[in-house]
Amino acid sequence: MFKKLTITALTALTLGAGGALAAGGGANVTDYDFSFEGPFGRYDQAQLQRGLQVYTEICSACHGLELVAFRTLADPGGPSLSDEAMRDYAETFEVFDEELEDWRPAKPTDHFPASMDPNAPDLSLMAKARAGFHGPHGTGLNQLFKGMGGAEYIATYLQSFTDDMKEEAGSFFYYNEVFPDNWSSMAPILYGDDVFYADGTEATMRQEAKDVAAFLMWAAEPHLMARKQAGFVSVMFLTVLTVLLYLTNKRLWAPYKPKKQI
Amino acid sequence: MSGIPHDHYEPKSGSEKWLHRRLPIVGLLYDTLMIPTPKNLNWMWIWGVVLFFTLVLQIITGIVLAMHYVPHADMAFASVEHIMRNVNGGDFIRYLHMNGASLFFVAVYLHIFRGIYYGSYKSPRELTWIIGILIYLAMMATAFMGYVLPWGQMSFWGATVITGLFGAIPWVGEPLLIWLQGGPAVDSPTLTRFFSLHYLLPFVILGLSIVHVWAFHTTGNNNPTGVEVRRTSREEADRDTLPFWPYFVIKDLFALGVVLVIFFAIVGFMPNYLGHPDNYIPADPLVTPTHIVPEWYFLPFYAILRAFDGEVWAVQLLDWMSFGVIDAKFFGVLAMFGSILVMALLPWLDTSNVRSGRFRPMFKVAFWIFFIDFFVLMWAGAMPAEGIYPTVALIGSVIWFAFFLVVLPVLGVIEKPLPQPETIEEDFNAHYGDGAASGKAAPSPAE
Repeated sequence: MFKKLTITALTALTLGAGGALAAGGGANVTDYDFSFEGPFGRYDQAQLQRGLQVYTEICSACHGLELVAFRTLADPGGPSLSDEAMRDYAETFEVFDEELEDWRPAKPTDHFPASMDPNAPDLSLMAKARAGFHGPHGTGLNQLFKGMGGAEYIATYLQSFTDDMKEEAGSFFYYNEVFPDNWSSMAPILYGDDVFYADGTEATMRQEAKDVAAFLMWAAEPHLMARKQAGFVSVMFLTVLTVLLYLTNKRLWAPYKPKKQI
Repeated sequence: MSGIPHDHYEPKSGSEKWLHRRLPIVGLLYDTLMIPTPKNLNWMWIWGVVLFFTLVLQIITGIVLAMHYVPHADMAFASVEHIMRNVNGGDFIRYLHMNGASLFFVAVYLHIFRGIYYGSYKSPRELTWIIGILIYLAMMATAFMGYVLPWGQMSFWGATVITGLFGAIPWVGEPLLIWLQGGPAVDSPTLTRFFSLHYLLPFVILGLSIVHVWAFHTTGNNNPTGVEVRRTSREEADRDTLPFWPYFVIKDLFALGVVLVIFFAIVGFMPNYLGHPDNYIPADPLVTPTHIVPEWYFLPFYAILRAFDGEVWAVQLLDWMSFGVIDAKFFGVLAMFGSILVMALLPWLDTSNVRSGRFRPMFKVAFWIFFIDFFVLMWAGAMPAEGIYPTVALIGSVIWFAFFLVVLPVLGVIEKPLPQPETIEEDFNAHYGDGAASGKAAPSPAE
């Protein structure tokens, strides 16, 4: 009977938890198959590099990435730029040095600059600060099976602008189907062919949106691959330990449970 | 230690005797580990060990996190990200700690439901129960303050809403609120005191847990039949019990292994599932999140808090009768704390002299309704306070209080319990056969 209880408890728990996660736009977030999803998910290095390119050429005009250090671009499990490429990339940014009291080219230990536009949120954690479709019926089951969906939200958001816009108190707002109250202060920015990919990938709007979303997922969770590996190894070892404990327990109790010895 | 007759520690060598005469610590550990335990305990009796493991896990991961965390409103969020990005293994340690809180509450709720179903709170175990409720309260305080530390949006606004509850207390509310927050609003002083207390309280929980174990080692464990272990002779006691080591230690460790496989899968593969995305946005006192929700383990009580709004006639009546002292907000706060207080009073609210729910047909039905009610309240607490949800929360709250204040006192009088087994041995043998009769004598606990 208590087996039932435990199952009910776990089911209800997922329901309760899912409900608590009501955030993000709503039901229209597209469920993309990102390579980093699932227990064995891995970042696609080429995709992260393309995403970095989209970020650099387009997003960084307004948005910042202030929690991310340039050196991490060369870390394994990320865009994995070569050391030299990472240093060259860092030098394209200017940072203010408090000791020099002047601007200088960025070093690997520096972080990406903060947002240029004070109204543009920093993107370092955006892929974890938004969630995808939390249904059906607010149960959160979709997120349980398909992941939290922050990257999906970003990719969908970038493609969900219509041509509608409005002006309110001197600011412009643009209609977006997945944005929480639909009126986003960011203008549509991706149209397709906004960047030229050196690896020959066709720069469609969908491709660019997915690439930058994957890059932002990495920016938010740089150790995702190491974490999944550690999780998998832990689960394997614990499973073996649990099986051994099960057999020990069975043997230990056997003299007291003759009915179960058949 | 317990009143159940069993072997005690006998120092053998000279050095053992030397130590034992001065400090009988080995004897204390031996008697604790060898405590006679009813042999019919089922799989719901494993949560205590899971809880002890979780407490130790939280303390160890927490101490490591505290080495890198900075409790200041300007630096807390960035220091957590420093842990996630730059500290070796920091992301895994933090995810263990974060999800460890959820594991703690899954285990404690199942532990409490087990206690309610099998009447573990009944005489002579009232103090074990009361201490357990104190541990639970300390856990809630610790978890709440811990959730504030990352200083994300939900941390900040959760802290604002929950400390605000104290502001609803008539007359003293306002100064009390300022005293708790360390200022007119939640800010750095709030964060530093929460950090300090978040570090302190787990050790209070550890102390209370030892007293909790001490109390039930004095009375002996309850068991699924609710029938006491025979204490009249050593021989009879041995037929009802087995020593905790190795029989229950191995059993509990096996169960812990199963729990940890699931736990590590969550930490490794979906560590943010039980969290809220808004908490990855730095705290901003100027932007209120569209809806503020606490962590899942507080949702049932959050639902009770919100259930009693100004539209409920009982609230209006009390407001009028108390000349406005008990307004809707204060009523909600009273209801929330009351919902835990009635749990603490359980040993005296349940009038039945049959301990285990197994032999109480009407109680069983009431228990499962109460059990489902808990999850309905959890669900209602997660939803915005509009549409049908306030009504659902109100009905759920009424069921909650009715279970404790009406159903349990009345059932003891009107219910006809089923026949109970004479002894634990009889119950055990009915399930598993008579091990002693099959020619294998029970080994002595010392073996």
